[in-house]
Amino acid sequence: MRWRACWCGASPAELRGRVPNAIAPAAPRPLSLWRRFSDWGATGFAILAAILVLVPLLAIFVYLVIKGVGSINWAFLTQTPKPPGEVGGGMANGIIGTGLILCVASVIGVPLGIGSGIYLAEYGRNRFGDVIRFTADVLNGVPSIVVGITVYSLIVIRQKHFSAFSGGVALGIMMIPTVARATEEMLLMVPMTIREAAYGLGIPRWRTTLSITLRTASAGVITGCMLAFARVAGETAPLLFTAFGNQFWNLKLNQPTAALSLQVFTYAISPYDDWHKQAWAGALILILLIVGAVAAVRIVTARGRLGA
Amino acid sequence: MGVGIEVRGLNAWYGKNQSLNGIDMTVPANHVTAVIGPSGCGKSTFVRCLNRMHETIPEARAEGSVKVGEMDVYGGGSDPVEVRRRIGMVFQKPNPFPTMSIFDNVAAGLKLNGFRNRKQLNELVERSLKLAALWDEVKDTLHKKSGASLSGGQQQRLCIARALAVEPEVLLMDEPASALDPISTSKIEELIFQLKQHYTVVIVTHNMQQAARVAELTGFFLMGSLIEYDKTEKIFTTPADKRTEDYVTGRFG
Amino acid sequence: MNTPEPIEPLPKPVTSIPSLGKIEAPRPAPKSTILQKIRQSRPASSRMPDEIFRWIILLSAVSVFAIVVLVVWELVDKSRLSLHQFGIHFFYGHDWDPVNDSYGAMPFIYGTLVSSFLALLLAVPLSVGVAVYITEMCPQGLRAIISFLVELLAAIPSVIYGLWGIFVLAPLLRDYVQPFLQKTLGWTGFFSGPMYGLGMLAAGIILAIMIVPVIASITREVMSAVPQNQREAVLALGATRWEMIRMGVLRNARIGIVGGVILGLGRALGETMAVTMVIGNRPEVAKSLFAPGYTMASVIANEFSEATGDMYLSALVEIGLALFLVTLIVNALARLLVWSITGGTARPRA
Repeated sequence: MRWRACWCGASPAELRGRVPNAIAPAAPRPLSLWRRFSDWGATGFAILAAILVLVPLLAIFVYLVIKGVGSINWAFLTQTPKPPGEVGGGMANGIIGTGLILCVASVIGVPLGIGSGIYLAEYGRNRFGDVIRFTADVLNGVPSIVVGITVYSLIVIRQKHFSAFSGGVALGIMMIPTVARATEEMLLMVPMTIREAAYGLGIPRWRTTLSITLRTASAGVITGCMLAFARVAGETAPLLFTAFGNQFWNLKLNQPTAALSLQVFTYAISPYDDWHKQAWAGALILILLIVGAVAAVRIVTARGRLGA
Repeated sequence: MGVGIEVRGLNAWYGKNQSLNGIDMTVPANHVTAVIGPSGCGKSTFVRCLNRMHETIPEARAEGSVKVGEMDVYGGGSDPVEVRRRIGMVFQKPNPFPTMSIFDNVAAGLKLNGFRNRKQLNELVERSLKLAALWDEVKDTLHKKSGASLSGGQQQRLCIARALAVEPEVLLMDEPASALDPISTSKIEELIFQLKQHYTVVIVTHNMQQAARVAELTGFFLMGSLIEYDKTEKIFTTPADKRTEDYVTGRFG
Repeated sequence: MNTPEPIEPLPKPVTSIPSLGKIEAPRPAPKSTILQKIRQSRPASSRMPDEIFRWIILLSAVSVFAIVVLVVWELVDKSRLSLHQFGIHFFYGHDWDPVNDSYGAMPFIYGTLVSSFLALLLAVPLSVGVAVYITEMCPQGLRAIISFLVELLAAIPSVIYGLWGIFVLAPLLRDYVQPFLQKTLGWTGFFSGPMYGLGMLAAGIILAIMIVPVIASITREVMSAVPQNQREAVLALGATRWEMIRMGVLRNARIGIVGGVILGLGRALGETMAVTMVIGNRPEVAKSLFAPGYTMASVIANEFSEATGDMYLSALVEIGLALFLVTLIVNALARLLVWSITGGTARPRA
């Protein structure tokens, strides 16, 4: 219904007169078929993309379970590999070896990472800090195989043998940027007033940073450490010529050591069927280790938030 | 030419909270109608219900009858896209497209609707910018400057030109001048005064003096209900409802 | 603390004012407060622990810098032999001949570039599609689950992707996909030749799956950074949802999205294990995607520990140096683009 009633007293004719030249027709056009079609098409494509992305995820997990579970048995978890071609044996030395290497990696990666993170957050809001931040990002982007080359020429060549220690150093180096970035972000989220309260009480800066600021941010920092841990636990390339792998038990730091990821790789590309089955089993254990680490993170941080 | 708006029994919710209670209002064609009220009274919600922008917020919905000219906004066969083309909207904070030139900003709605002819676009863009009183200031830099490089007041006039380009019948303005300085504000108000010749304008404002300056009719909202709706002079000099009087005299809000 | 001797005796406290009568002598100050205790326990040299701490922390930060310097130094130092011997010819020579100590890295450069760009071709539409779905189309309840699942893709180790690639993807390609492609698109020359399953196509597909989470997470972040009023502005003009996404969101976020894509490229270039396991490891330049190939990272992985002779090792390290420089430039470019949109707050998580 068109309302012509006018409150201001002008006549409809006056109202009509001042419309500028309209070129387009004033009658509204119905929404064209093409626009409707492309709207539906785009929605369909987006849904399809989501499905296509999640299918491999599902497939990988399903295959890991199907093909791996069958081969996980007591022998697998407690024995060392049998000579190539023989059926049987296990990856026990790889599991232990991975643990050993990750210990070394954590000893190197966590303190240096947290220290760098503390620097960037508390002392590094300046040009030099920006340089360090950029360097950490560069280190994060270095391909893992290049880290392996570096540690090889720094340590393995000098020692003239492969070792768990050099493997741990390589993985530790890769942990540093992740831990540092997480620490910096978490520390920056602690409000300045908390630090000021501590200073006001006369607590020296170093103690404030460690006991107060870092403790407040501890949940997030622990998360960062465990995520870095989970990331390097699956790494294979840097270990190829540092830890190198080992058929037998090894608990010494300066000997070549087996690692789960290395064994999965070696077995997967071998021609032996039994080794292929064991590769799946080893992969399943590896993914459980990683998922376990991430889940532990969630539990720790959730409990920290609710309880304590 | 503008058309009138007839609202009957409009209710709106954000999730479970009802923000509009049974609004009945008739907006006459080619006039400026102001909607005033304290914060949270539902005036922005009301205006956003007119062009079905309210429902773009998750968990928000609206029910009732809104007729804009012959178009039934909430009717069975109604398409929100079409509704929004025929009802233009200008927002509180100017939001030109920063990645597009001034020309492309104004032409954005036209291109969406299938206008490809260069000559037609040029003419329509010029017309819209002239209607928005921005043509003289930007005619030399139409393609060179980006929409975001203008001053605040110019950006808002650019947004008005962009809204007018698709030839709406109604123009909704949600506090269009509240983010602008006084000089830009007065330019916008002058513009609104001229626009009413061709369009029906509904303007939300928290500034009562602005309502008094530009609007012929004013509706006072309070807590989701339309308390009083009458000629602007009457609302501000001899309001019928005590709550209107309290608001207008500054006792609250 | 030494208190100096008083110069003159302190005045006696006033104990009586005639009009008010006797006033009690002022009591001694209350026992030390916490603040006094702290002040007393801090000697004049109390700045030492702070300084020591600061130096320790600075050392950790500098160690990061030192490590990167060491990486560059070792790469350059150990590849000197090869750099001198082959010069620029190294990068376009086709002949990788350890027996005769003659090295040309072209096949590996070709393999790295082709596999990475194939991965981008597949991953970019999928990543942007997923990001658009999650940000603009997904019902609220599903959003957290789907984004978590996409992030989970990034947590799977490379060697497991490789394992899956060898035993699941490659047979699938060999038995179904490659015959189909050869029948329909074989005339182009990209899909011809013997169908092993393993090869450039498999490598490209695996890489694509691995970099989707990287590109998708950056795309989501830059899309979320687009202010809501831009979306509303487009809707108010009478646009469909896709038009709103296209004009109001993607258009504004495009610089950041390009940054995310380049970051994904950086990841693909450096990826080692999964590619090594499925690419076939044959140092040849071939047009068909069915053919086996070799990448820079793969040749290092396969041959480094067996490399006899200084020249062989030096050639491999030179490849490592080239890989390092390329990923350095690509990653720096990516971060520049992403930071320019998000103002330095967004950091790629994967």
